[in-house]
Amino acid sequence: MSLTLEDVARIALLSRIELSPAERESTRDQLNGILGFIEQLQAVNTTGIEPMAHAVDVVQRLRPDAVTETDRRADFQAVAPETEAGLYLVPRVVE
Amino acid sequence: MSDLFNSSLRQLAATLTARKISAVELATLFLDRIDRLNPGLNAFIALDRDKTLAQARAADEKLNAGAGGTALTGIPLAHKDIFCTKGWRTSCGSKMLENFVSPYDAHVVEKLAGAGMVTLGKLNMDEFAMGSSNETSHFGPVKNPWDVSRVPGGSSGGSAAAIAARLAPAATGTDTGGSIRQPAALCGLTGLKPTYGAVSRYGMIAFASSLDQAGPMAKSAEDCALLLNAMAGFDPRDSTSLERPTEDYARDLEKPLAGLRIGLPKEFFGDGMDADVRAAVDAALDEYRKLGAITVEVQLPNSGLSVPAYYVIAPAEASSNLSRFDGVRYGYRAPEYSDLAEMYSRSRAQGFGAEVKRRILIGTYVLSHGYYDAYYLKAQKIRRLIAADFQEAFKVCDVIMGPTSPSVAFAFGAKSADPVQMYLSDIYTISTNLAGLPGMSLPCGFGNNNMPVGLQIIGSWFGEAKMLNVAHQYQRVTDWHTRMPKESK
Repeated sequence: MSLTLEDVARIALLSRIELSPAERESTRDQLNGILGFIEQLQAVNTTGIEPMAHAVDVVQRLRPDAVTETDRRADFQAVAPETEAGLYLVPRVVE
Repeated sequence: MSDLFNSSLRQLAATLTARKISAVELATLFLDRIDRLNPGLNAFIALDRDKTLAQARAADEKLNAGAGGTALTGIPLAHKDIFCTKGWRTSCGSKMLENFVSPYDAHVVEKLAGAGMVTLGKLNMDEFAMGSSNETSHFGPVKNPWDVSRVPGGSSGGSAAAIAARLAPAATGTDTGGSIRQPAALCGLTGLKPTYGAVSRYGMIAFASSLDQAGPMAKSAEDCALLLNAMAGFDPRDSTSLERPTEDYARDLEKPLAGLRIGLPKEFFGDGMDADVRAAVDAALDEYRKLGAITVEVQLPNSGLSVPAYYVIAPAEASSNLSRFDGVRYGYRAPEYSDLAEMYSRSRAQGFGAEVKRRILIGTYVLSHGYYDAYYLKAQKIRRLIAADFQEAFKVCDVIMGPTSPSVAFAFGAKSADPVQMYLSDIYTISTNLAGLPGMSLPCGFGNNNMPVGLQIIGSWFGEAKMLNVAHQYQRVTDWHTRMPKESK
């Protein structure tokens, strides 16, 4: 199975990465090259094999529900592209 | 003077403790050397003499007081630019974070500073640690100090080049599919990727969270053991950090190797390896036999599937991790956009480089509706088969050995046009990440064009002390790890 230009446009949309029409073609070829390479996984019989999400089998640790962080909003917002009065600014989304 | 640059961490510590040199003097020597040699190598991408010397002065105060110092106090090191370092630009090799000055320290940075180590600067790397040649860095490629027309390996290429050229006695690295071991091999140094969960990932910019692991890079196994002592340990801020008793990773360094069982996977000694690499690895195995080790053949029948399985799992996790870069809270924002959706997609299109975008797109695709089972779940099942192979192999051996990389360092541009060819550079290293095992690379000779060759040692889960023992005993009877490139002498 190989990707079409429409597939590439859809994946780019899901990824929130703008691709120009010219980039779409080279991207399609590269992605198809990689997908062709990973296609060999399909030939392996994995019936009854439990998927392995993690290298170490441990249970998620819980912590007491207590405040541990101090307020560092000013520090963290100092590296933001645009802020005002403690808020992050983005283009208007609700008219 | 050149003795100091080629000294072990233990020797540097002794010189500092005896007050034959101050931490400020030592840091200054390295900074001056960086100023002189780095322009030809591009290993360092952030330097701040004032910050470095302030840390050195604090180390001197401890050393003068004669108490409160550790085995590492006053010794300089440099951090891969993937580690958040408070007050330092932390770019992860990307335009996306070109102007990001970290408001906090990574756990590893905090621990090494706490041990009294002095930060020389931040090291270049493949963008978001995605690459095996350092050619994907937004700040330009790092050059291999053994031959500047060749790659240093990646993604911790800046770390490897800095140590090889003796611009730093030690550095941090991270390894998701081979990013500590492969550059260590290509630049002729010693690097260790610990068992997954041994070192906290807090403040280490995430690539593929179930595979990422930080580790030390230095000249020798002994140096790596001392560094790992300071880096490892439980951290509640990383949900996958393991709660285990504190270990002294240097405790077994001097143990003799008589009776050691070395497993040689037949899959690692097939056609894929270049003849010069094979010759150096074979010679190292002979040396081990002289030290009393025996070699046994083992099988890792699914290891050939590790690269394709990795290129499903790692991009899937990356596509999720890198969704945080949206141009809102930190990082690059495109100058022009008409609405929020366009702000996201343009900021990401302009802020990420080609390889990072490719992996995000692949990851998004394999996780998307209708394809999840066929790709992601399938790859996770194969991941279990790969881990089970290792479990089986460690029933008959103590460590596994083989080449770290199929070839010595290649020329710039040799593999950059074909992503799959580049991915295959990590064919011998990726399976350990999938299994969560510790792996290391140490220099074992020179191949074609006098380029270094790396021997890989894979240990069982939490086998770091054993691996460091095995590597150290080899380094007691060989001197490959003390060799340095001509221009660096």
